[in-house]
Amino acid sequence: MKNDNDAHPILEVKNLTKDFGGLRALNCLNLEVYRDEIVALIGPNGAGKTTFFNCITGIYPPSSGDMLITPPGEKAKKINNLKPNQVTARGLARTFQNIRLFPNMTVLENVMIGRHCRMSAGIIGAVFRPKSTIVEEKQVVADSYGILEKIGLASFVNEFAKNLPYGAQRRLEIARALATEPFILLLDEPAAGMNPLETRELDNLIVQLRDQEGISILLIEHDMKLVMSLSDRIVVMDYGRKIAQGTPQEIKANPVVIKAYLGEETDAPVEECTDVLR
Amino acid sequence: MIPSLAEIKKSLLTSLWFMFLTFPVMVIRVNTIYKTVEWRWRNLLIVGAGSFFLSFLWRYLIKRKETGQKKIQPGSTSVKSLIQSAFDNPKLLIPSLAALAVFTTAFPFIFSLYQTNIMINALIYIVIGLGLNIVVGLAGLLDLGYVAFYAVGAYSYALLNHHFGIGFWTALPIGAGMGFLFGIILGFPVLRLRGDYLAIVTLGFGEIIRLILENWNEFSFGPSGIANIPRPGFFGIDFSLHQSTIFIYFMMVALVIFTIFVVNRLQDSRIGRAWIALREDDIACQAMGIDKTKTKLTAFALGATWAGMGGVVFAAKTTFINPASFTIWESIIILCIVVLGGMGSIVGVITGALTLILLPEYLRAFSEYRTLLFGVILVVMMVFRPGGIVSTARRTYQFEAIGNKDEKR
Repeated sequence: MKNDNDAHPILEVKNLTKDFGGLRALNCLNLEVYRDEIVALIGPNGAGKTTFFNCITGIYPPSSGDMLITPPGEKAKKINNLKPNQVTARGLARTFQNIRLFPNMTVLENVMIGRHCRMSAGIIGAVFRPKSTIVEEKQVVADSYGILEKIGLASFVNEFAKNLPYGAQRRLEIARALATEPFILLLDEPAAGMNPLETRELDNLIVQLRDQEGISILLIEHDMKLVMSLSDRIVVMDYGRKIAQGTPQEIKANPVVIKAYLGEETDAPVEECTDVLR
Repeated sequence: MIPSLAEIKKSLLTSLWFMFLTFPVMVIRVNTIYKTVEWRWRNLLIVGAGSFFLSFLWRYLIKRKETGQKKIQPGSTSVKSLIQSAFDNPKLLIPSLAALAVFTTAFPFIFSLYQTNIMINALIYIVIGLGLNIVVGLAGLLDLGYVAFYAVGAYSYALLNHHFGIGFWTALPIGAGMGFLFGIILGFPVLRLRGDYLAIVTLGFGEIIRLILENWNEFSFGPSGIANIPRPGFFGIDFSLHQSTIFIYFMMVALVIFTIFVVNRLQDSRIGRAWIALREDDIACQAMGIDKTKTKLTAFALGATWAGMGGVVFAAKTTFINPASFTIWESIIILCIVVLGGMGSIVGVITGALTLILLPEYLRAFSEYRTLLFGVILVVMMVFRPGGIVSTARRTYQFEAIGNKDEKR
C-alpha cells in the first residue's frame, strides 16, 4: 500500500553488487521498500536472495553499490559499511533461513537478547545493580513478555528454545527480531517447513505486524500461495539480477518470470548498472 | 536380568582385548637382579575376569542412562535440574547453607594444617575456575592459555613486592587489573578466531608468557623464580605459620563468596546474556544487535581478572613462585574443572574444583595408581555425564495474569 504522500522509500538499494572471487552473486540490484509495504523477494534457488539479505544486514560487505535507510522521522542514512549489530541498532532486523535461535536459552531470554541494543547497563551496572539497572531489567522482562504474548508464545516463556516445536521456533525468531524495535523486518523464508495451518497463522501475523506495528516487511519466500496473498509488490531475482518486479498479478503473467522458474533461457532485457541515480 | 548369549560373547571379547592390552604391563616382569623374566599369569586371569564383569556393569549403566534420557526428553516442561530445584526450596536451602557455613568455618580448626593448605588450594582453583567459566562456559571461547593470566597475577605481586615492597592488599587489585589488561591484550588478536583456532592461539599465548618468564632473567629471575614473597598481613599483626594459613583460608573463603556474588550477577545481566548468546550462535547474536567485539573482550578481560587475583593469592600462599607453576598442565586442569563441573554453572564449577583438586590428594592412599584412577574417573564422567556434574539452569521468570507481571527468583 504505497502512500503517495510519502513517496520516499525507507529502504533503498542502488546498484548493489557482490562478488565472491570470480562469482558475481549480486549484479547491479536495485530495490526499494516503501512505508507500510510488504515486499516479497522470489527467485529460483541460488538466485542470490539470501546473499542480498546478508549484504543489507552487514554480514557481507558489498563489492559496490549503495544501501540507504530512512528511519521514521529521520533523514536517509547509508548503511554500507556498518557491522550487523549497528544495522540492527538502526532499525533493520532479520530472521534466518535456517533457524538460528539460541537453543540453550529460555524463550524469554531469546527475546531479551533482542532488547540488548536498546539497553545500556554495563559491567558496573551488572555487578552493583543500581536502581537504573533494576528498572531497566524489569522493563525488559515486561517488554519481552509482552512481545511473546503478541506472537502467541507466552505459554513457552521458560522453556528452552531448542525444545519448542518447529513452527513455534520460527515464530520465536520473529519475536526476537521484533524485540530490536525494527521499522523494517527482513524475513528469510519464514514459512519454510511449516504446515498449511502454521503458514496461515504466519500470514495473519505478518499482516498484523504491518497494520498494527507499522513495520514494513521484506521477505524471501518459496511458498507462492503465501507470496501471492501477502505481498503488495514482488521482486523476482535470477542469477543475481532483478528480472522483474510488480504486483502479484503482473508477476503471475510475466513471461520472463515463468521462463526463469521453468529453466528456459531468458532473452528478456535485464537491468544494467546506470550512473544516473534518480 | 539374564544376559543373552550375544552379550556374553561381547564381554568375552572385551576381556580378551583387555588381557591383550595389559599383557606387557601386568604379566611380564623383568627381574633385573637375577636377569630373569617373571610370568605373572595370575594377573592375566584377574584382568580377564575383572573386565568381563565390568563390561556387564558398563553396558547396564549405559542402557540405564539412555532410557533415562528418553524419559526426560519429550515434553519436558521444566528446565530445572535437581540441584536447582533444591535451591528454589527455602526449606532445604537455608539449613544446608547453614551447615555449609558451619563446616567451612570449623574446617581449619578441625583438620590439620596440611588439610587446610589443600583446601586453600582448592579454593584458589574455585576462584580461577569461575573466572574461566566466564570465558569458556558462558561466552563459549575455548581458552587453553588461561594459566598465563594466573602467572601475570602471581608475578605482578612477586615483582612489585621485590622491587617496590608493595604489600599483598595493594597487590590484589593491581593483580586483578593486570589480569584485566592482559585479557584485553590477548583478546584483540583473537577477535576473529573461534573454536579450534582460538584454542591454538590461546595455547600459544600461554606458552609465550611462560617462556618469557623462564628466559628473561633480568625481569623475572628466570627458572630460579622469586622467593620470600610475604604472606598477606592483617593490620600489621604478626602471624605464626599456622595462624597465617588459617588467615589465608578465611580470606580465600571470602574471595570465593565475592566471586560467586559477582559472577552470579554478571550471568543474569545484559552482558551475561550477551555472552551466552555469543556462545550459542555468534551470527545470530550479532544480527540481534550485540557488539561481538565488545562482548568477546569483556569476557576475556573479566575472566582474566579472576585469574590475576588467584595468582596474587597463590604467590602469597606459597611465598615462592617460578615458571614451573604455570605450565600448560595447569590450564588443562582449570579447563577440566569447568567442563567436568558443568559449563556455565557456578555450583558445577565449585563441585568440579573440589573434585579435581581434592581427589588426587585423597587418592594418595593408592599411591602409584592415583593418576590411573584419576583418568578412569574422568573418562567415566565424560561418558555418563557429558554435560558436567551439574547441568546449567537458566533463570526462570513467573508471570501471573496477562498484563500483570510478577517476577520471581
